[in-house]
Amino acid sequence: MGKTLAEKVFETHVVDKPFEDLWVLKLDTVFCHEITTPIAIADLQAKGMDKVFDPKKIKAVIDHVSPAKDSKTAEQGKALRQWARRQGIEDFFDIGRNGVCHALFPEKGFVRPGYALVMGDSHTCTHGAFGAFAAGVGTTDLEIAVLKGVCAFKKPKTLKIELKGALPAGVYPKDAMLAVISALGMGGGTDRVLEFSGPVVDSMSMEGRMTLCNMAVEAGGTSGICMPDTTTADYLWPFIGPEGEGLFATKDEALAEYSKWSSDEDAEYDRILGIDCSTLEPLATYGYSPDKVKPVREMGEVKVDQVYIGSCTNGRIEDLRAAAAVLAPEVRKGRKVHKELRAILAPATTEVYAAALREGLIEIFVQAGFCVSNPTCGACLGMSSGVLASGEICASTTNRNFSGRMGKGGMIHLMSPASAAATALEGRISVARISAAKKGGEV
Amino acid sequence: MKKLGGKVLFLDKDDINTDELIPAKYLNEDSKKALGPYCLEDLSAPGFDRARDLPGKGAIVSRANFGCGSSREHAPWALEANGINVVVAESFARIFRRNMYNCGMVAAELPKAVIEELFSRFSGQETVMELDAEKGEILFSSTRAGILKLPLSIGEFELAMVRSGGWVEFAAKRY
Ligand code: SF4
Repeated sequence: MGKTLAEKVFETHVVDKPFEDLWVLKLDTVFCHEITTPIAIADLQAKGMDKVFDPKKIKAVIDHVSPAKDSKTAEQGKALRQWARRQGIEDFFDIGRNGVCHALFPEKGFVRPGYALVMGDSHTCTHGAFGAFAAGVGTTDLEIAVLKGVCAFKKPKTLKIELKGALPAGVYPKDAMLAVISALGMGGGTDRVLEFSGPVVDSMSMEGRMTLCNMAVEAGGTSGICMPDTTTADYLWPFIGPEGEGLFATKDEALAEYSKWSSDEDAEYDRILGIDCSTLEPLATYGYSPDKVKPVREMGEVKVDQVYIGSCTNGRIEDLRAAAAVLAPEVRKGRKVHKELRAILAPATTEVYAAALREGLIEIFVQAGFCVSNPTCGACLGMSSGVLASGEICASTTNRNFSGRMGKGGMIHLMSPASAAATALEGRISVARISAAKKGGEV
Repeated sequence: MKKLGGKVLFLDKDDINTDELIPAKYLNEDSKKALGPYCLEDLSAPGFDRARDLPGKGAIVSRANFGCGSSREHAPWALEANGINVVVAESFARIFRRNMYNCGMVAAELPKAVIEELFSRFSGQETVMELDAEKGEILFSSTRAGILKLPLSIGEFELAMVRSGGWVEFAAKRY
């Protein structure tokens, strides 16, 4: 019987099985942010264990509230900053060099095929896009992870999600993932790794794969996972090739090494879910859970107060290109976002911001009347930079539409960046003109 | 082992998420205790009146996929700050379930039909739950509905966490 990729990571990383079905894994890296880490640090200090297992394997960022919005969040930033200095954690990203954790750390080349990694954040599943087992954990697990470099898991089953066909024009990885979550339901992936494969995934960029894996947890999944391939090796090349760490002389060498991190043909899956993407159309959520999904076409007249483009789901450069491609032709005609609506763009990282500047995308957003914010989680979790008032409706490219998530009494409709841009122009949920927007975001 | 359970808060809703257990805007609090007053602030569930129903409770009975969403351990902490150390539900989200045991608290699963029976027999009346993790037993009682004793299967790991008081105590020594 063959093995799934997730099983291979478990078997190569296990250091202890203290109880039936509990696998303690050695971690290749541990990620930290300023919301869930400071309490772990304080607890370690209180217990006289203020140490880390390996400062080189710990990466930390201030991202959730950036810059600090009040004294309490300033204290959280300070706690993380001082800890990073004290422990000699060199890969610490303060504001100005930061970005939303799940966009920033891949961009820095910190995730590699075959890794086992954790972070005190539920969307850590994003990093599975590189062929890693990447799981969100709570503060206690994080505490032991930074102290000892291990974390315990029940061995998850793998759920195979085959994305067949091809995405039609105007339909994006976000739409495909909303279709997956709708099919699985919110708890359908609990204690499962969601393995994405099929022609749609094969032809998808790393950004797109990260969008898929990012929302694995919205179906309860422990980690998303994609098999590493040339796209993965290309993305990582600046870090692993001769210009970087020099791990490989050629991409073929890298691919030969990474190919061991894929599921066997005869691997055993808990369930196989096939989705024909050729018949998909732009989708949006309509309730307070991410599995309540329907075609935008069937949404009816939903007037929107705020459009939000950003987050670890859809704040990457490709997402900004897709949104700008919808806006650009209208902006050229002098049109702006609908006058009864406000729109916010939060590029996911400093590098995404810089690339968007270079490509002229920021100009388009600004001319369209978007408020362009700095990289931050901000409004995604309702902590800062775009919190909703009671009764307000937001069309958002984020991943969670829970009641109150972006602000008490607010309602969120999740959708792709292109749909969000179209909505910004129309003032109500819409996909007008998005399939006409040029592919690849030429603007 | 510490006493587990107490007066029961019935929350008749699937998919109660950690944003509902403790909204993100309070994640800037720097102590577990400070979260107490905001626990369940944004929850709307059938028949639930926070001011009336939360005070004095020691346990929760709820439905499927309890604790989904954000990984915030602030959720169990907020419960603990209110004196709640057991949640019984049809199913749990992975991270929340682990967080509960990592803190030495209990997230116990019971079959859908049993949860249904608990709601129909006990909700709306003052009900007390006592959980004996060593014996693997859980007991519900109210004056009107009498006593219901149920077996509870609790895994080796979970039991060790409840015994030791949590994962830090266990793992810091072992690894
Ligand atoms: S962008 Fe939103 S979902 Fe992503 S890490 Fe930040 S708060 Fe979490």
